[in-house]
Amino acid sequence: MSAIILFLAVIALIAGWWLSQQRLTAKPWLEEGPVGQFPGGDAMTWPAAKIGLGVFLAVASALFVLFISAYSMRMNAVDWRALPVPRLLWLNTGVLVLSSVALQWSSVAARRHDAEGVMIGLLAGGASAVIFLAGQLLAWQQLNAAGYFVASNPANSFFYLLTAVHGLHLTGGLVALGRTTAKVWRSSKIADMRLSVELCTIYWHFLLLVWLVVLGLLTGWTDDFVNICRQLLS
Amino acid sequence: MVDIPYDRIADIPPAEVPEVELYHPRSWWTRYVFSQDAKVIAVQYALTASAIGLVALVLSWLMRLQLGFPGTFSFIDANQYLQFITMHGMIMVIYLLTALFLGGFGNYLIPLMVGARDMVFPYVNMLSYWVYLLAVLVLASTFFVPGGPTGAGWTLYPPQAILSGTPGQDWGIILMMSSLILFIIGFTMGGLNYVVTVLQARTRGMTLMRLPLTVWGIFTATVMALLAFPALFVASVMLLLDRLLGTSFFMPSLVEMGQLSKYGGGSPLLFQHLFWFFGHPEVYIVALPAFGIVSDLISTHARKNIFGYRMMVWAIVAIGALSFLVWAHHMYVSGMFPQFGYFFATTTLIIAIPTAIKVYNWVLTLWRGDIHLRVPMLFALGFIITFVNGGLTGLFLGNVVVDVPLSDTMFVVAHFHMVMGVAPIMVVLGAIYHWYPKVTGRMLNDALGKFHFWVTFLGAYLIFFPMHYLGLLGVPRRYFELGDAAFIPPSAHSLNAFISVVALTVGFSQMVFLFNLAWSLFKGEASGGNPWRATTLEWQTPETPPGHGNWGKELPVVYRWAYDYSVPGAGEDFIPQNQPPRATQVVQGAAS
Amino acid sequence: MVVALILLLVAIGSVLFHIYSPWWWTPIATNWAYIDHTINITFWITGFVFVAVIAFMAYCVFRFHHKEGRRADYNPENKKLEWWLSVGTGVGVAAMLAPGLVVWHQFVTVPADATEVEVMGQQWQWSFRLPGKDGRLGTSDVRNISSDNPMGLNRDDPLAQDDVVIENGELHLQLGKPVKILLRSVDVLHDFYVPEFRAKMDMVPGVVTYFWIKPIRTGTFDVLCAELCGAAHYQMRAKVIVDEEREYHAWLEQQKTFAELSSGNAIVKATYQAGGK
Repeated sequence: MSAIILFLAVIALIAGWWLSQQRLTAKPWLEEGPVGQFPGGDAMTWPAAKIGLGVFLAVASALFVLFISAYSMRMNAVDWRALPVPRLLWLNTGVLVLSSVALQWSSVAARRHDAEGVMIGLLAGGASAVIFLAGQLLAWQQLNAAGYFVASNPANSFFYLLTAVHGLHLTGGLVALGRTTAKVWRSSKIADMRLSVELCTIYWHFLLLVWLVVLGLLTGWTDDFVNICRQLLS
Repeated sequence: MVDIPYDRIADIPPAEVPEVELYHPRSWWTRYVFSQDAKVIAVQYALTASAIGLVALVLSWLMRLQLGFPGTFSFIDANQYLQFITMHGMIMVIYLLTALFLGGFGNYLIPLMVGARDMVFPYVNMLSYWVYLLAVLVLASTFFVPGGPTGAGWTLYPPQAILSGTPGQDWGIILMMSSLILFIIGFTMGGLNYVVTVLQARTRGMTLMRLPLTVWGIFTATVMALLAFPALFVASVMLLLDRLLGTSFFMPSLVEMGQLSKYGGGSPLLFQHLFWFFGHPEVYIVALPAFGIVSDLISTHARKNIFGYRMMVWAIVAIGALSFLVWAHHMYVSGMFPQFGYFFATTTLIIAIPTAIKVYNWVLTLWRGDIHLRVPMLFALGFIITFVNGGLTGLFLGNVVVDVPLSDTMFVVAHFHMVMGVAPIMVVLGAIYHWYPKVTGRMLNDALGKFHFWVTFLGAYLIFFPMHYLGLLGVPRRYFELGDAAFIPPSAHSLNAFISVVALTVGFSQMVFLFNLAWSLFKGEASGGNPWRATTLEWQTPETPPGHGNWGKELPVVYRWAYDYSVPGAGEDFIPQNQPPRATQVVQGAAS
Repeated sequence: MVVALILLLVAIGSVLFHIYSPWWWTPIATNWAYIDHTINITFWITGFVFVAVIAFMAYCVFRFHHKEGRRADYNPENKKLEWWLSVGTGVGVAAMLAPGLVVWHQFVTVPADATEVEVMGQQWQWSFRLPGKDGRLGTSDVRNISSDNPMGLNRDDPLAQDDVVIENGELHLQLGKPVKILLRSVDVLHDFYVPEFRAKMDMVPGVVTYFWIKPIRTGTFDVLCAELCGAAHYQMRAKVIVDEEREYHAWLEQQKTFAELSSGNAIVKATYQAGGK
C-alpha cells in the first residue's frame, strides 16, 4: 500500500498548499463587509470543465495507483512468473506518443485560430489512438496464442487487467474526442472549441503517462527503480 | 483596513448574471424524471435511497426475529440469515447513507448554500443519478436470481465470498460486485459535480471561511469518497475476475468441498487491505456530512453562532486527512504483520482528538444559547448522545490489544450501529425536519415529529447500548443461532428477545414518519421562506420551494459568515449572509 | 424541563446499567488479565467523558432553553478553552493508548519456552495437531489433503510422523505452560475463538498465524469460530480442556500419531464408507 500512501501524500500537499492560500486562519466573524474587502478565499476562476478534469485525473490516478499497489503486493508471492512482454508493445507505445503529439499540435493550432490545423491534429490523434487500441488487442492475441492465459499466472492476470483498464480509459477519451471533433466540424468558431481541444490534450498526455508507468511496471523497469530507491534510503 | 466606504456599497455592481446556458425543462419528463436540476436530482436520490433503505429495515426485522426468538420462525434458515445481514449492511452503508448524504443532501444544499444556480455539470449530475438507480436495481435483483443474494457479509471477504460454502455464490456475488462497480461510477460523476461546484461556483463574497459547516462536511466527505472508492472498485473488479475467469488475485490454494480448487497463491489479506482502505474513510464519508449538518442545526436552533468555527473547519479537514491512515485497525486480528498494530492504534486514537473537539464545540454552542427545542434540535441532541457513546466505544476497538477480545463480537456490532448507524440517521431525520419546509413549502407536523423522535432515539439507545454487554460477554456476531455454549447464560437470550421487541417497535415507528412526510405534503402548515429564521443562503431564496435557477435574476452577494445569530446591537436575532452591513458597523470596522 | 431530565437520565441509566449488568466478561482462563485491565482503564476514562458531556448538555438545555425575551450570547470562540480541552483529551487518549501498546507488545512477543500446538480450521470443523515426542511440527500442504490425511501433512517429512493428530476431538492444554497456538486454514477465513482466553486471531488459508497464551485455570471451554466462514459458521464448535500436568499426560498417551493413523488407514476407510457419508 506504500504506492497509494505516497500518492495521497502528494494530493495532500497540493490540497494543503491550496488551502494555505485560502486564509483558513481568518476570523470570519470579524470580516463582515462587501465583496473584495477581504482578498483571498474566493471561488476559482478557471473554467469548471478544467477543474473537473483535474479532479477526475486525480480520481483516475488513485485508481491506477491502487492497481499498482495491488500488483506490487501480489508479485511478492512465490507463484509469480513474469511473462515476456510482446515486442508489439513498443510499437504501440510509439503510436500512443504520436497520438499525444498530434493532439498537442491541435491544441497549439487552436491557440493560433488555425481551424485546419485543429482538425488535422484531432483526426490524427484519434486515428492513432484507435491504432494503439487495435495494437493492444493484437498483443493480447499473441500472448493468448503463446499460451499465456489470463488465469494461468497472476502476472498474466495483471497484464491483461492493467492494459484493459488503460484501454477502457482511452476508449472513454475517444468518445470525448469524437464529440469535440464533431463540434469543430460543425462550427467555424475556433475560440469556442479551444477549451474542449485543450482538455482532450491534457487527458491524452495523462493516459500516455499512465501507459509509460504501466509499461515500466510490466517490463520490470520499475522494480529496478524501486530497488535503487530502497538502496538509497537504507 | 476598509477600502470601500459605506456610501459606495451601492456602486458595487450587482452580481452579474453570466449568460450561462441554464438547462430548461421542456416537458413533464425532463422536469420531473430526466431532470438536470440538482434539486430534482436530490429528491430522486433521496427517494431511491429511502426505498432501498426500507428494504434493509425489513431485513433487520427478520434478523432480529431470528436472533430474539431462535427456532420460532421456520421461514428463516441459516443461509437466508447470512443473506439478510449482508444485504442489510451493504444497503445501509453504501446505498442508503452514502447516497443520501452526498447524492441527496449534497445535491440539494450545495448549490443553494454556496449561492449557485445549479451544479456545474448538470448533465453529468443527471447521469449520476441514473447510474445509481441502475446500481440499486441490480442490487435488488439479487433477491430474485437463483441462489439469492450473497451471504458473504458486507465485507465480502474472499475466499469465502466466492466459494460454494456461502449462499449466493452463483449470481448473488457477481451481481453484488457489478452493482458496486456501477455505484462507484455513478458516484464519481456526482462527486465531480459537488467538488467543482464548491470550488468554482461559489457566489461573490462566499469565501471558504464563510461557508456553512454543512458544505464543509459534504465537500470534504466527497473529496475523500472520490479518493477512497477507487479502492473498492479495484477490489471488486479483481474479486469479480477471480470468480468469473478463475484468476488468483486473492485466492490461495485451498480445498473446496473436499476438492483441491483451481486457485493458488493469492492473498486474502490483500483484499482486506484494499477493502478497508475504502472502508474506513467510508465511515467518515458518512460522518463528516452529519458533523456539518448537525453543526448548522444546533447553531440555528440555539440562536447562537457555532462555537469555534475555525476549529470546526480545521477538525473536519484533519479528520478527513487522518482517516486514510487508520484502515488496518479493522484488521488487528486478521493475521497481518503484528507490528503494524502499534502504528494503526496510534493513528486511530489520534483521530479521537479532533473528533472530541467537535463534540465539545457542539455542546459549548448550547452554553448561554436560546435553545428552541424544536424537532430538528431534538434530533441534534440525540445525535450528540449516540455519537459520543459510539465514538467512545471506538476508543476500545481502536486500541489494538483491547480489540483482540472484542473483535467479531456483538460489541463491534453495537459500536458501529451506534456511531455510523443511529447517529447519522439522527442527523438525516433532523435534517429532513429542518429542510422539508424549503423543499416543499410546508412544515412537518410537530406532534408527530416529537413522537417520532422520542421513540426512535430512546428505542435505538435501548437496542444498542445493552448490546455492547453481550459483546463483552463474548457473544460472537453473524451467528444464526447461539446454540449451546456454557458461557452464554439464559439471561443473554432474554436480552436478545428484549432487543428484538424494541427494534421492531422502533422500526414500525418510522411508519409514523413516512405518514408525516406524505400528509404534510398536502396538509402541512405553510412555512414561508425562512421558518427557522436562519442565516444561510438557502433560506433567502426569492421563492419557496426555490425555482429553477434558484435565485431569480441576480445571484446573491455574501457579506458575512454563516453564523451571525444574536449579534449584539442587531434588531433581529439573526442576520442573513446576504444582508449588506449597516453603515455604522462598517465605520466601526474601519476604525478598529 | 422534561427534555433535560430525560437526557440526564440516559447518562445516569447507562452508568447504572454498567454497574448492575449481569452480562460481563467470562472469568479469565489465561495470562491475559492485562487486556481486562486495559479495558477497565478505558471504561473509566470514557465513562467520565460520557457522563460529563451529557450532563453539561442536559444542564444547558435546562438552563438556556427558550423563554420569552431570552437572547443568546455572541461568543465566536475561546482559544484558551479550546486548547485546554484538546490537551486534556490528548492526555486521556495517551492514558488509554500507552497501556494498550505495552500489552500489545507482550501479546506479539512469544516466550521462548512456549510449546507449539496447531489448530486447523476447515468448513466447518476444527482439527488439532501436537508436535509429538520430537517437539517439532512437520510440514503440511493443502495439496496433500485426502480422506486419510485430512490435515495435509507431508508424508515424507520425518518430523511429521510422530505428530499427534486430533480429528473432531477436544484439544487439551496443560495448566501453567505457555503455548504458541499456530493457526492454519485450508479453505476460507476462520477465527479460533475461546472467550475465556481473551486472545484470538484469524486463520488465513495460505498463511500460518499465531497467538500465545498461558492457561491459568483448569476447565472445559467452548471453541467458536469468530470469522464468518459460510453457511454453518455458527455450528463450527469444539472444546478446549485445560488439565493439570498428570491428566494432560494421561490424555496425551491415548492419542494417535500421524504414522499410526496412516497405517490404520484401511479401517478408517471402511468405517467412513459404512457411515454412508
